[in-house]
Amino acid sequence: MQALYAQLLVGLINGSFYALLSLGLAVIFGMLNIINFAHGALYMMGAFVAYFLLNNNWLSIGYWPALIIAPIIVGIFGMILERTLLQWLTGLDHLYGLLLTFGIALIVQGVFQNYFGSSGLPYAIPDELKGGMNLGFMFLPVYRGWVVVFSLVVCLATWFLIERTRLGAYLRAATENPTLVRAFGINVPRMITLTYGLGVGLAALAGVLSAPINQVRPLMGADLIIVVFAVVVIGGMGSIMGSIITGFALGVIEGLTKYFYPEASNTVVFVLMVLVLLVKPTGLTGRAA
Amino acid sequence: MTALTDDTLPITPRAMRDEMIVFVLMALALAAVPWTGIYPFFVMQALCFALLACAFNLLIGYGGLLSFGHAMFLGTAGYCSAHALKVWGLPPELGIVVGVAAAAALAVVTGFISIRRQGIYFSMITLALSQLLYFIYLQTPFTHGEDGIQGIPQGHLFGFIDLSKPTTLYYVVLVGFLAGFLLIYRTINSPFGEVLKSIRENEQRAISLGYKTDHYKLLAYILSGTLAGFAGSLKVFVAQNASLTDVHWSMSGEIVLMTLVGGLGTVFGPVVGAFVIIAMQQYLAGFGQWVTVIQGVIFVACVLLFRRGVVGEIAHFFKRSL
Repeated sequence: MQALYAQLLVGLINGSFYALLSLGLAVIFGMLNIINFAHGALYMMGAFVAYFLLNNNWLSIGYWPALIIAPIIVGIFGMILERTLLQWLTGLDHLYGLLLTFGIALIVQGVFQNYFGSSGLPYAIPDELKGGMNLGFMFLPVYRGWVVVFSLVVCLATWFLIERTRLGAYLRAATENPTLVRAFGINVPRMITLTYGLGVGLAALAGVLSAPINQVRPLMGADLIIVVFAVVVIGGMGSIMGSIITGFALGVIEGLTKYFYPEASNTVVFVLMVLVLLVKPTGLTGRAA
Repeated sequence: MTALTDDTLPITPRAMRDEMIVFVLMALALAAVPWTGIYPFFVMQALCFALLACAFNLLIGYGGLLSFGHAMFLGTAGYCSAHALKVWGLPPELGIVVGVAAAAALAVVTGFISIRRQGIYFSMITLALSQLLYFIYLQTPFTHGEDGIQGIPQGHLFGFIDLSKPTTLYYVVLVGFLAGFLLIYRTINSPFGEVLKSIRENEQRAISLGYKTDHYKLLAYILSGTLAGFAGSLKVFVAQNASLTDVHWSMSGEIVLMTLVGGLGTVFGPVVGAFVIIAMQQYLAGFGQWVTVIQGVIFVACVLLFRRGVVGEIAHFFKRSL
C-alpha cells in the first residue's frame, strides 16, 4: 500500500504540472489563437532561471524569491517574443502559430543544450521544506506535498482571476470579440501581450516547482509538452476549470498505472486520448473546434 | 483566415507542361548524379527524405492537415522492413512490401482517430500518437530499444539486382522516388485532388456540395502515410539500420521544416526543401546542437518572412505554378 500512495503522490505532482501547463496553453489559445509549442521550453527556462539565481555568486537568490522572480523574468521574455514575433501572425492560419512556436522551442532548447549538455543539474530543496511527515498510512515528503497544494492554489487563483474578476471579464470578452472590446476603449493588443506573459509565467512557475524534484535539464520540457498536448486534446480548451481537473486527474491515472502496470505508465495518457477521441471527439469539456 | 497557399485555380495545360518539363529536368539531373562525383549516399538519403516530405505535403499542402507525427510512418516501415530482411530473411522486394503494408495499416488506424478533429487539434493528436508509438518501440523487444536494428542485409532485388553496389542502389532508390513522386503528382491533379483542395479552402462548403469530407481526408491521410512508409522502407537499404531517431518527434519536425522551406503546397518544394535541410545537416554536423538552433531560426524566418518557401517564391515571381 505504501508504494501505491507514493505513486499516487507522484501522479498528483505530475498532475499539477499538467494542470499548470495546460491552463497556460488554454489561456494563450483563447486570446492569441496560437497553440504555444514553446510552452515546454519556457517551463524549462523557469527551472534554469531559478538555478542561475541560486548558483550565481553575486546573486545567490534562494528558492522563495525565485518562485516569484523566475516566472516574471520568463514572462517578460515571453512578452518580448509576443511583441517581436507572434504578433505578426494575426490573421494567418492557426498552423503557422504552431510552426513558429515550434521553431522558438528548438532555438531555446538548442541554446541551453549547447551550454549545459543533456544531463541534469541538481537543485536543492529549500531548508524549510526538507524532511517529511508521517501521515500514518504513508510517509509524505514535505516538498512534494507543498508542490501539490501550491499548484492547486495557483490554478484556482488563475481560475478566479479569469472567471470572477473585472480584468478576467475583459479577457473573456476579448476572446469572444476583440474588435468590439477595442471599440469600448480597451487596449486589446496590450491585453494579448499580458495574457501571453501570464500563460508563460505559469509554465515557468511549474518549472521552478519541478526543479528540486526532476533536476534541471535542457530537454525537461520537450517530452512534457507532448503529454500536455494530449491532456489538452482530452480536456478540450473551452474551460479553465476543465483544464485544471483534467490535468490533475490524468496525473493521478498515470500514477495508478505506474503502480498496477508500470510498462504502460509512459503511454497511458496517449491511450486515454485515443479512447476519448473515439467516444467523444470534441474532448471532455470542449466545444467543437 | 488566409489560405496556406495561393494556388486555388485548377491546373491549366500550360502549368501541366511547365511542371512536366521541370520534372524531366529533375529526373535527368538526378540520373546524372553517379557521374558527377557527388557522394551518392548523401543524394540517396536526400531522395528518401524528399519522398517523405512530398507525402507529408500531400496532406498539408492539398488537404490542409498539418501532421506533426509523420515520423511514425518512417519509423514503422523502417523497423518492419528491417525486421523482415534481417530476421525473416525475406528478399528486398518483400521487405519493402512488409514495411509499406505496416505503414498503411498504421495510417488506417491513426487516420481513423486523428481526422476526428480539425486544424490545430489534428496536429496535436498526430504528435501524441507518434509519441505513443515511440514509447511502444522503445519497449518492444523486436526493435532492440536504444540500439535499433543494425547491419541489415541489402540483398538482391528480384533476385538479380545487387543492392550492395552503391550505383545500383542509387538507381533503385531514384526509381522508387520518381514513382512515388509521380503518384503524388497524379493524385493532386485528379478529381480526388481537386476535392481535397476544396476541403482545404472551405470544408463547410465542400460538405454542403455533398462531399463526404471525412472520407476524402482519411483517404489522403492513408495515401500520405503509406508513401511515407515507402520512403522509410527505401531508407533502410540506404542507411542499413532502423533506429528510434526515425520515430522521434524531432524527426517529424524536420519533415515539416523541409516542406516549409521548399514551399507548402508546391509540387517540387518538398524535394528542394529536403535537399537543403539534408545538405545543411551534412555541412553543419560539426556544430553539435547549434544545428537545432539553426533549424529553429529557419522555422521562425520561414513563417514570418518566407511563407511561400523557395519554390513558392520562384513560382510566384514567374507567376507560374510549380
